[in-house]
Amino acid sequence: MSTLRKQFDKLRAPFNKGQKLEKFAPAINAFDTFLFVPNHTTKEGAHIRDAVDLKRVMVTVIIALMPALFYGIYNTGYQHFSQLGAAFTFWDAFIHGAWKIVPMIIVSYVVGLSIEFGFAIYRGHEINEGYLVTGMLIPMIMPVDIPLWMVALSVAFSVLIAKEAFGGTGMNILNPALTARAFAFFAYPTYMSGNKVWVSEASNIDGISGETILGKLAAGMDVNYSFFEMFQGSIPGSIAETSTLWVAVGALILIFTGVGSWRIITGGILGGALMGFLFNLWSANELMSFSWINHLVVGGFAFGIVFMATDPVSAAQTNKGKWVYGILVGIFCIMIRVFNPAYPEGVMLAILLMNVFAPTIDHYVVNANINKRKKRWASQQLIKTA
Amino acid sequence: MDIAKGIRTRKGAKINLKGDAEKIFSEIQPASAYALKPDDFFSLAPKLLVKEGEAVKKGQAVFFNKANDRVKFVSPVSGTLQEIVRGPKRKILAIRILADDKKQTVTHKLTALDKASREEVVAALLESGCWPFIQQRPYGIIANPDDQPKAIFVSTVSTAPLGVDYSFILENRKEDFQKGIDVLNKLAADKVFVGVDKDFSGIFGEIKNMNSYTVDGPHPAGNVSLHIQHLAPLNMGERVWTVRPEDVANIGSFYASGIFSAQRTIAIAGSAVKSPKYFRTTIGAEIAPYLENAQLDTTQPTRVINGDVFTGVADHSKGYLGYFNNLVSVIPEGNNFRLFGWLPFVDNKIPSLSNTSLSRLFNRKGYEVTTNLNGEERALVVTGEMEKVFPFDIFPMQLLKACMIEDIEKMELLGIYEIVPEDFGLIDYANTSKVEAQEIIRKGIELMIKEVG
Repeated sequence: MSTLRKQFDKLRAPFNKGQKLEKFAPAINAFDTFLFVPNHTTKEGAHIRDAVDLKRVMVTVIIALMPALFYGIYNTGYQHFSQLGAAFTFWDAFIHGAWKIVPMIIVSYVVGLSIEFGFAIYRGHEINEGYLVTGMLIPMIMPVDIPLWMVALSVAFSVLIAKEAFGGTGMNILNPALTARAFAFFAYPTYMSGNKVWVSEASNIDGISGETILGKLAAGMDVNYSFFEMFQGSIPGSIAETSTLWVAVGALILIFTGVGSWRIITGGILGGALMGFLFNLWSANELMSFSWINHLVVGGFAFGIVFMATDPVSAAQTNKGKWVYGILVGIFCIMIRVFNPAYPEGVMLAILLMNVFAPTIDHYVVNANINKRKKRWASQQLIKTA
Repeated sequence: MDIAKGIRTRKGAKINLKGDAEKIFSEIQPASAYALKPDDFFSLAPKLLVKEGEAVKKGQAVFFNKANDRVKFVSPVSGTLQEIVRGPKRKILAIRILADDKKQTVTHKLTALDKASREEVVAALLESGCWPFIQQRPYGIIANPDDQPKAIFVSTVSTAPLGVDYSFILENRKEDFQKGIDVLNKLAADKVFVGVDKDFSGIFGEIKNMNSYTVDGPHPAGNVSLHIQHLAPLNMGERVWTVRPEDVANIGSFYASGIFSAQRTIAIAGSAVKSPKYFRTTIGAEIAPYLENAQLDTTQPTRVINGDVFTGVADHSKGYLGYFNNLVSVIPEGNNFRLFGWLPFVDNKIPSLSNTSLSRLFNRKGYEVTTNLNGEERALVVTGEMEKVFPFDIFPMQLLKACMIEDIEKMELLGIYEIVPEDFGLIDYANTSKVEAQEIIRKGIELMIKEVG
């Protein structure tokens, strides 16, 4: 280890204070701290510190994303080959999926991290690890056939407009990954919806039935998937959101490590189930009569609730607020699904909407505490004047 | 004695560090050098009364508070003022006094306590140099003698890592402690609250004339701010005073003898000393002889901390004891690199409250913790982790943010009057973004003192 350290110290010498490349120190620091936890000691405040840091938290989220990502890669190939009607093995499907998805991940990281590095050097602060998660999420929630330049453009839009414009990591109002998807959705709707985009290379195949379940329901068609198929995820959809099973594994990792808020996840599921159940009672169209439990396993609902709604920066920040926020995300998601036939999946818009309202929710929670204090002060003054 | 109310908390954290002081007193030759450090008192501007080279008696005023010249600070020993150590802008960092064998003291004539009026007691405490033992809330500064406090709080429970046992420290000072409580009763019209552990250990079960309450829970359950919030919550304009347990006995001892008492019992503890134990010494004593007796580990760089690992002041082995602390923590410095140490479930020997580490399984004999920051400062991202270790009815992150943007009205409404920086010690430790919470709160309080007073 010490030889590696010495080599690296030599490499970073020109970036040190007072040296030629000092301005680019944040860039080399990012690589340095990726290899080593630095030797910094506490200078003020508490003399000892917890082992956890932002890198560890972000890496935990990435680990939690892995099951869904790997299943998504496999499912991409599975959908492609099964629609073609060709015989294929697990590895055929996985390699086909990887061939499509790995370039998207690379493009997302290269574009996003370049912008982050640029801003860090320009502003003279260290590079925050938040983009490691955002950069992984963006390809995972795109349709598989979206051109790479659109991924790049969406990434650039989200990092610049949703994040850096607000002051960088920790300051953004909207979830950056969802902003990227929303950008792509509204800028290039033909690539983001319809029945030809959810299956890899579907546009080259005639007679494909590549609609998502929610798309079919919105069009008033029947769905011929069983609950288990929908839960396990061998259905068309955005890359990594189809499998509620593997998303649930990620959710368990997030909840066990405490990285994802169990309040938001539980609240989201409760809200979604409640809304679905109420619509079931009403049952005016296909989407309304679609069983509430099926609502929870189709579309991006599970993925959104687990990985997007729990983004601590754009979610509500108080514990009570997290419940309200989670429940409302669930309710609005199902409501948008049912009431907006032009856009069958509501989770993206529901979360973005609640991102905007999260500070308002927190405001009321915090205000309750403030009012309690004010009341105590007022009663004290009454005693004094009496 | 009546138990006012028990305080129980679940929020917080008990971090079991290696090197708890063994409950034995080691008798050694008293230190020869002493220092008074104005920085031990929050936002104090000192004005000197003695020049370098002059002889001082024990109990003779050395400097006073510029903001209130009645508040005097006296020499803890008889000797000569050796040096005034100054920093940038001629700020006084320390006043060093070399002790001699003459044992000259300043003796005060006192009216018997039961006949003395409140004014007489206040004047005696001010004149004798006992007054700085009394701190006020809000802000945690030296009490203003013109105020009438709503109550006086004494917490005899130390929940910080390596915390000392006050029932052991005060074992044979029962009379002094009782007398001190009686003096405080004069000041606060019988509203003296004393927090004790749930077993009423040691002398505290036998003390009269105090409202005692039990304290149970993980750190920061022993912090007096929490007790005030439960039993006498501070409203705008109100004052509560706090005194530390050994200083109650020092005040009592002064009232019994007429001589300023500067006794300070310390524990030298932590994983970097081989035989952690207690010593009886004096306020401001040099630490070196005690470190030597406790067998400081000299094979590695160490940090000597005046106080506990959350709230103490970093010093070195040649430093001097702080005015208030009963604990000197000594832990290894952590200026080493850890390859891929940021991966979850790696380096589990570092204590962590997060479930991204298995450190809880590795806590058989207490953690051997270093001063490594374990990461770098980042923007505030993770939410909810501060609330877990913060038992106050206050939103910690929102208060920190209000302090950062210097929004005085928000700070008031979010409860800045109810806390002092030490209450954020555990947040310093626990937060993922390595934000210096205590420093932010300290600056916030300084702003409040300047703008609101």
